[in-house]
Amino acid sequence: MATTSASKHPPVDREHALFLLSEMLRIRRFEEKAAEMYSLQKIHGFLHLYIGEEATGVGAMQAFTPEDAIVATYREHGQALARGIPSRVLMAEMFGKATGCSHGHGGSMHFFDASRRFYGGYAIVGGGLPIAVGLALADKLQNRKRVTACFFGDGAVAEGEFHESMNLAALWKLPVVFLCENNLYAMGTALARHQSQTNISLKAHSYGVDANAVDGMDVLAVEAAAKQAAGFVRSGSGPFLLELRTYRFRAHSMADPDLYRTKEEIEEWKKRDPIVLFQSQLRAWNLLTDSDLTRLEAEISAELDEAVRFAETSPFEPVEQLLKDVEGPVAP
Amino acid sequence: MTKMTYREAVRAALRRALRSDPRVFLMGEDVGRYGGAFAVSHGLLAEFGPERIRDTPLSESAFVGAGIGAALGGMRPIVEIMTVNFSMLAMDQILNNAATLRHMSGGQFNVPLVVRVATGGGRQMAAQHSHSLEGWYAHIPGIKVLTPATVADAYGMLLAALQEPDPVFLFEHATLYPLEGEVDEAAGQADISRAAVRRAGQDVTLLTFGGTLGKTMQAADLLAKDGVQAEVIDLRLLRPLDIATIVNSVTKTHRAVIVDEAWRTGSFAAEISAQIMEKAFDELDAPVQRVCSAEVPMPYAKHLETAALPKVEEIVSAATGMISHHG
Repeated sequence: MATTSASKHPPVDREHALFLLSEMLRIRRFEEKAAEMYSLQKIHGFLHLYIGEEATGVGAMQAFTPEDAIVATYREHGQALARGIPSRVLMAEMFGKATGCSHGHGGSMHFFDASRRFYGGYAIVGGGLPIAVGLALADKLQNRKRVTACFFGDGAVAEGEFHESMNLAALWKLPVVFLCENNLYAMGTALARHQSQTNISLKAHSYGVDANAVDGMDVLAVEAAAKQAAGFVRSGSGPFLLELRTYRFRAHSMADPDLYRTKEEIEEWKKRDPIVLFQSQLRAWNLLTDSDLTRLEAEISAELDEAVRFAETSPFEPVEQLLKDVEGPVAP
Repeated sequence: MTKMTYREAVRAALRRALRSDPRVFLMGEDVGRYGGAFAVSHGLLAEFGPERIRDTPLSESAFVGAGIGAALGGMRPIVEIMTVNFSMLAMDQILNNAATLRHMSGGQFNVPLVVRVATGGGRQMAAQHSHSLEGWYAHIPGIKVLTPATVADAYGMLLAALQEPDPVFLFEHATLYPLEGEVDEAAGQADISRAAVRRAGQDVTLLTFGGTLGKTMQAADLLAKDGVQAEVIDLRLLRPLDIATIVNSVTKTHRAVIVDEAWRTGSFAAEISAQIMEKAFDELDAPVQRVCSAEVPMPYAKHLETAALPKVEEIVSAATGMISHHG
């Protein structure tokens, strides 16, 4: 498993390092704000927080260009932010507002942004994988040199759609980067309690798909591994599966009492908090000062205050438009 | 006008679409080398090659989902599902993705996907290859459901489906493939907004679609010998339903029999019956009647299968019963 923790010399320049840190912090604070808004009953339905997994989304997203496509899951706030969708339209979406990224039709689990080729959060586990295969097929058939990034969790590897999609992508040599964010739990069921084979790379290998695993708490390691994976796929060698080994610090959703794992286990993982880890790395490399951190936090705090204000003051879609987007013309 | 079979008509439409639009491709189980389980795509691989006549693994969920993804990516995929029973394996992609993406994304994405599905009984294929589940699909907002019952519609509806911005399901009743008929190839795509009056009459309206149009026409012939003039309406599309044509006919005949090869309980026939009640209750001289399949998994043995499926005599007796008791 690749890691950068042992490096003595900075493998990253200061500007990029601060960018990565800022992206992770922004996700962390966004999720904290979302939880707060949920408790204030501004956000309803399911809310699945990404806290603890920030390094996977931020690191992986560095490997993709605006021309590439992104397919994600119902725990997609991190990927959406890292893809550049403004926090205010995501907050507005969760508030159910017309200014939301899906006009309030999707909520927390279904973020979409056509302009950023963000093809959505899919809330049926494994359901996004065949879509990613199809997007990649369209690119291949039209000789477009771009790739599709497909995020999913360890729970999805139990679904038939994972296996069918691995096979199809490999059989047709399609440009898909499969990104398995392994947080060790399918909702409340631990990986070892639902998989006879817990090594996810081996499953990919059995379909002839090249695979690798990386420490998902180490943002630089994730970035490097994702760039390698995307480079492999861009070269026309077919799909690649990258397993990102991570952990969610919060419950599965706001409705989850988190009874299936011990506090000790969670505390143990929190020692490897990806943001704390990265900050200590950067300090050791003299790339981060206290004032940098203060500035970043202030910027993010201002952005999220504005996001909440925007969401609060945005209008709801008129109920007269209830049936508007069921069928109709070619989307703009 | 060209005389051809239903099978040849679907193939001719596929060929025309593949020739005229480089975004169109066909994918499904055995559509290529095998030539299609019902020989619909026979010969197309040689003409268009394996990129566009694409054999798939037995992975209904993945290849229907890949069709959705390819449609999102700018292609015009035609996915063939060998039988409607197999389409259950792709139901997640159909219901949760194809039908929802436009709405769930706030109108940012549309899915111009065409899915062809063989459906129906009558060929002694037993309980896992013979059912008629079109009505289930017609339940789903966000997709269109077409049931070509004639050779001309087999041709024209496929071409029309390819012009639609949203997912279209074409249900091809498997007993229809050898049916012969006339196709006006110059006419191109069919109108897919209206039901068709296949036979005019004023005494009773017989409503049907897909594979039971033939039996219904036979029933109308028999009724005519007894002096009963039945109007036969081929619904052609189940979603959106052309209720206006149905109401117009019932307003004239005051009686309606619905013939639907699906099981009676929760059938599409029940939906039509309810809509007639809602929109033309005062026009009715008798309760709406339904002729459906028996509520049993489709049996293999010929006599049992025949007993399970809607029969011409049942249609005749439903119609005459309404007239004699309420004439």
